[in-house]
Amino acid sequence: MLELIVISTLNGVLYGMLLFLMASGLTVIFSMLGVLNFAHASFYMLGAFFGFQISRWFGFWPALILAPLLAGALGAAVERYGLRHVHKNGHVAELLFTFGLAFAIEEIVQIIWGKSPVDFRVPPLLDFPAFTLFSTNYPAFKIFMLVVSIVIFIGLLVVLKRTRIGLIVQAALTHPHMVGHLGHNVGRIFMLVFGVGTALAAVAGVIAGPALVTQSNMAGLLGPILFVVVVVGGLGSLPGAFIASLLIGLVQTFAVSMNGSLAGAFGPLSPDYAATWLSDIWNVTVAQIAPIMPYLLLVLILIFRPMGLLGTRDT
Amino acid sequence: MLQVQDLHAYYGKSHILQGVDLHIDAGEVVSLLGRNGVGRSTTVKAIMGEVPPHGTITFKGANIAGLPSFRIAHLGLGYVPEHRDIFPGLTVRQNLMLGIKDPRHPGKWKLDDMLGMFPNLAARADTAAGVLSGGEKQMLTICRTLMGDPELVMIDEPTEGLAPIIVQQVGDLIAEIARRGVAILLVEQKLSIALRISHRVYVMGHGRIVFEGTPAELKANDAVRREWLEV
Repeated sequence: MLELIVISTLNGVLYGMLLFLMASGLTVIFSMLGVLNFAHASFYMLGAFFGFQISRWFGFWPALILAPLLAGALGAAVERYGLRHVHKNGHVAELLFTFGLAFAIEEIVQIIWGKSPVDFRVPPLLDFPAFTLFSTNYPAFKIFMLVVSIVIFIGLLVVLKRTRIGLIVQAALTHPHMVGHLGHNVGRIFMLVFGVGTALAAVAGVIAGPALVTQSNMAGLLGPILFVVVVVGGLGSLPGAFIASLLIGLVQTFAVSMNGSLAGAFGPLSPDYAATWLSDIWNVTVAQIAPIMPYLLLVLILIFRPMGLLGTRDT
Repeated sequence: MLQVQDLHAYYGKSHILQGVDLHIDAGEVVSLLGRNGVGRSTTVKAIMGEVPPHGTITFKGANIAGLPSFRIAHLGLGYVPEHRDIFPGLTVRQNLMLGIKDPRHPGKWKLDDMLGMFPNLAARADTAAGVLSGGEKQMLTICRTLMGDPELVMIDEPTEGLAPIIVQQVGDLIAEIARRGVAILLVEQKLSIALRISHRVYVMGHGRIVFEGTPAELKANDAVRREWLEV
């Protein structure tokens, strides 16, 4: 039991930090540009595929640096040459633009790399168990993922709180016009934020690719969870996104590892139910409903705290 | 310094500015007066490009109509909007620092200067600007724009909703700005401040300039005051 708790907590925090790498970009882009970027998870996928390809050519370590740079440059270009022109047609047009972009990226990835999973492996240097806890070997690569996400998290915090450009970004979150009147080039800041946000998603892709499955549907699998994170945390709130990422990471990993069901908990009290039409619900295990847990959380949040955990706006 | 000729602006289908002409010379303090809804704020917004302008706007000889606002700001035209857009999550000091356009070339207004002028702001230099009072926020927005070293600053309704004693302080600050040689375009409803510090005043009505003259001429002109200013 203790083993389960420790391992699940580690995995949960790890998954949560990965979610945060993506959710942080998504939520900052939302506050500044007012547009929910449906293609955000696609940049995570691009990160994984670029990482796979570059590590084939040059090895994993160059890929860890180059793939996010490439994806970030692509993200910045999308803002500069796409979104900025769509912007004058309103938010619906922007939303549709990012929606279409997500499909386009998925199709392009399928054309280049095919539909089946590619062979993106953990680099040999990190392919060993970091430690053995009870009877579980915890892979070193997962520890590496955790370290990378924490380092980026701290870096992000320092840049936002301590540098001039970070202060301008914070100011532009609430008052983009005023920032412009003071002589700061808001367009360039938007492009930068979009580029950095998509690059962070791509970092998550490069480090998650070898651990999970690198496949053309990975954006589609993760995208909806990202929106849950951002809404639960409060649209536009970075600390909120952080808490929600960890929360959802932990909820999901713990749920997967639990085998309890209603029958297990209450069965001995009333064995009669087991035979009725209720038996289906009665015997569903927590692990089986794990995938819907985030959405359940989303519904609860929307009912009881529509602005999200740390959100300020009620739209 | 600033020349506006035949300026028109629209909100949707309504024709708000119907040919505004005005000019401000270097170091001059000019007030734009008028009742609510006659287009005073819209004039300033159109100059900054926040409302799409139709017409000619030149600043120091360069055509600025429709330029992105950060370019206009870099030419030396400062703007303090009426809604006191401080950055609430940042500290007072950080707000002021963001007024500096280029940290390598700071202007003649120094951070310590500003804090020295306003003990209230100095005492709260490191608290979040969101908790300041209305008057303090107004001082902060004006000071923040000054940190960018503008040659002309347009201030929109700085005294709206402020207590009389604070109004007095805002008036003193504006007089101090003028004393240091910065030209001012002041959008106001309160005649007292405007007449005290202005070299020249414009009165607006129905999207046009209906009067131009010195404060003394406006005081002497009962007809204009009655028709366009008094409620």
